[in-house]
Amino acid sequence: MKLSIWTYEGPPHVGAMRVATGMTGLHYVLHAPQGDTYADLLFTMIERRNHRPPVTYTTFQARDLGADTANLFKEACHEAYARFKPEALIVGASCTAELIQDDPGGLAESMGLPVPVIPLELPSYQRKENFGASETFFQLTRRLARDMNKTPEVSCNVLGPTGLGYRHRDDVTEIVGLIEAMGITVNLVAPMGASPTDLTRLGQAHFNVMLYPEIAEETCRWLDRNHDQPYTKTVPIGVGATRDFIAEVEALSGMKAADPGDRLRLPWYAASVDSTYLTGKRVFLFGDATHVKAAARIAKDEMAFEVVGLGCYNREFARDIRRLAKDYGVAPLITEDYLEVEAAIKAAQPEMILGTQMERHIGKRLGIPCAVISAPVHVQDYPARYSPQMGWEGANVIFDTWVHPLVMGLEEHLLHMFREDFEFHDAAGPSHHGGHAPRGVDEPQVVIPDPVADGNIIWLADAEKELRKVPFFVRGKARKNTEAFAVQQGLTSISVDTLYEAKAHYAR
Amino acid sequence: MNRETPISTGCLNAPVLKQRGQHEVFCGLTGIIWLHRKMQDAFFLVVGSRTCAHLLQSAAGVMIFAEPRFATAILEEKDLAGLADAQDELDAQVSQLLQRRPDIRQLFLVGSCPSEVIKLDLSRAAERLSEVHAPNVRVYSYSGSGIETTFTQGEDACLAAMVPTLPPSEAHQLLLVGALPDVVEDQLTGMIEAMGIKVACLPARRSGDMPTIGSQTRLAVAQPFLGDTVSALTGRGAGLIPAPFPFGEQGTTAWLRAIADAFDVTDETFDAITAAPRARARKALDKVSETLRGKSIFFFPDSQLEVPLARFLTTECGMIPVEVGTPYLHRGLVGPDLALIPEGPLISEGQDVEKQLDRCRAARPDLTVCGLGLANPLEADGLATKWSIELVFSPVHGYEQAADLAGLFARPFLRKAALQL
Ligand code: SF4
Repeated sequence: MKLSIWTYEGPPHVGAMRVATGMTGLHYVLHAPQGDTYADLLFTMIERRNHRPPVTYTTFQARDLGADTANLFKEACHEAYARFKPEALIVGASCTAELIQDDPGGLAESMGLPVPVIPLELPSYQRKENFGASETFFQLTRRLARDMNKTPEVSCNVLGPTGLGYRHRDDVTEIVGLIEAMGITVNLVAPMGASPTDLTRLGQAHFNVMLYPEIAEETCRWLDRNHDQPYTKTVPIGVGATRDFIAEVEALSGMKAADPGDRLRLPWYAASVDSTYLTGKRVFLFGDATHVKAAARIAKDEMAFEVVGLGCYNREFARDIRRLAKDYGVAPLITEDYLEVEAAIKAAQPEMILGTQMERHIGKRLGIPCAVISAPVHVQDYPARYSPQMGWEGANVIFDTWVHPLVMGLEEHLLHMFREDFEFHDAAGPSHHGGHAPRGVDEPQVVIPDPVADGNIIWLADAEKELRKVPFFVRGKARKNTEAFAVQQGLTSISVDTLYEAKAHYAR
Repeated sequence: MNRETPISTGCLNAPVLKQRGQHEVFCGLTGIIWLHRKMQDAFFLVVGSRTCAHLLQSAAGVMIFAEPRFATAILEEKDLAGLADAQDELDAQVSQLLQRRPDIRQLFLVGSCPSEVIKLDLSRAAERLSEVHAPNVRVYSYSGSGIETTFTQGEDACLAAMVPTLPPSEAHQLLLVGALPDVVEDQLTGMIEAMGIKVACLPARRSGDMPTIGSQTRLAVAQPFLGDTVSALTGRGAGLIPAPFPFGEQGTTAWLRAIADAFDVTDETFDAITAAPRARARKALDKVSETLRGKSIFFFPDSQLEVPLARFLTTECGMIPVEVGTPYLHRGLVGPDLALIPEGPLISEGQDVEKQLDRCRAARPDLTVCGLGLANPLEADGLATKWSIELVFSPVHGYEQAADLAGLFARPFLRKAALQL
């Protein structure tokens, strides 16, 4: 048993739904109780889709158990086929149906439906949403992709985008635009927008672009082995990564990309003097491995931040994140436990969090600004405007998104100078975020484990008071540095002198 | 509302279309979303799967920035293998939780589909944990599973679980049953007390204020989905006061009148207390209901509030119900409301969502009340919708909220009229 307040990923059948909902002409029959239909609202409300996901739930009840749940499933398959006439069906069980072992796959296959029926084995008590999406896409591909001649012109597939993906809609537009501008034909984007029939001609492309490894890596590897399609390994998020990605595509296609010119603005925005104040901002990164990896590079090389902690919630990619953490000289945090992330962030005392909607919540509680870089996200992170994360425009969007939660350059100086000003005091938070004090007013009584590594250090009253005078956006760093300094000096208490000795010690 | 017997029995004896197909409704776990805000020292620990945790988080999405007083103990492969283990694991989870939240006084272990299918005995666990953590924390258990409960039935199961622990008392008193927003509860109990009636509430806001129960207790039920709670309470000797539910001016008056009659309150006292708020409610309603008059309405089954709301919207706002769908028709509780709805609409119980969508699209009602999964797709078809979940999250009972309640239904029309696109 694992205590969970918020979860980073849904169950694996939600991943399958994301694939089905992103596609056309596919229907999913899910053996599940009625409450599981909540998943529809993820798509209709959070992503604002104007169609219900193509999912039929059997909604069995307690009284059906042991009687005829298997029959119920077959009826649901019949009705779904008759009503929606899909080109293919995927069938499977949610967590509860997995326990009653009706074997939806076997049942559906025995029905002799005139379309391909693809059974999904998604172990609900071991795996999660990303696995569900990846496995579903893989099974569909394995079953449907045919052997085909390559297209006469250079072409590629763009693989990985699904329904409910974080910025998938706009990433696809950006990357397809970039590829087509190189003179390469996009054979198929999948799963998003593709039908089961479309998937039969995946093999026509010369190579694959892997946009989201969490969803497409398994499929890309299989296509590489079975259809002779090499695939790109770099995910084009950030300036450097987009350049590396283009180099990969150039090598695979023999085509050349043009310089982005002034469409790419991040480098100049980062170099311009107002950005000076960004230097060395201490950031903590958490999210899915792909977005964290990309964000770490941007943070360090393209924003000149200091990465003080990083981690991911998808264990499938833990190895990558451990390696990355080593490169950045921090301890990797591989966990799906929101409380652990909260404790790690509190301990690291960053000046900004780059995370998911959960870290936004943590940031609110700890009074630390947060920008969102990864799923899971909420309704406000499916914006109406074009805002990709990938490619040149993605880099511009990221610059804006990350700078927005911070106190702006000149304001930061003013806060230092007038820290006693009654209207301009630090509890007011960044002035452009009206009404949002960094700390919630009626916080419930919650005990978060104390971050002090060595619990024996005490802050003397005067020092604590002096620390309050340090503006909030650097106070965490000051506290952390002073404590580290005290430990190093073998001190058991911190005085005002210790505070300033530490400040001098860390001066740069 | 007058006190004469209604001439017609309305929809009381209308045939009911019973449907057994795909249900598009939440399970009872969802009740936790409002219950945990109502009971300020209570924590809800669901023993379930990742799906259960994800449901709670998706349904509670609107309040993602507040520290919730609920969590899920997610069952893992190893818990499914041996049951003795699961009880130990549960003990460990509970200690961890209580350490983090020392303010908790009541803990609800909430069963889910997986915990029920593997027959994890949560009532045993609750008993044991109650002993371990007494006197600081009392531990209860109930099921919010989707194979047993639909949406608001979770609140019913939760309240019913508390009934056996209520202290006995032979006081002549009223028990207000159902979780209401504090402001509404204060308004209603204020008027009841002004009539000279001793009143308590289930659930209480804090564990220290638990009501008592006995044969001299009368029950005023505020929510139509509390069938099991009411039978548990009557099982302890209390008597139900049958009445329409307190929605709108007429509903609230009828509800209060039934209470007044049960406690022999004089007409003068009753009028003195209700005249002013009644007049206010009527006036405010007159204005808001202009938008609604003559418009047709279609209810998908969701919260079990459908019948009382259909009553309110027809008799007080002039709407025309086409279909009133409800997950479960509890005649003992909604009978009085059903009798007030003029004959005409199709009354349906249970659901077969695709067929119901066909009926809805064929009828093209002016307004459709439905769950979150259906709202945007219907809007995209040009049908105006009202999400039903708002009805359990907003203050809608009583005189002062009568116009707000009508306003919830008027808003989609006003918005459509305001948008020039
Ligand atoms: S329907 Fe059952 S499995 Fe699904 S969320 Fe509700 S309790 Fe959990």
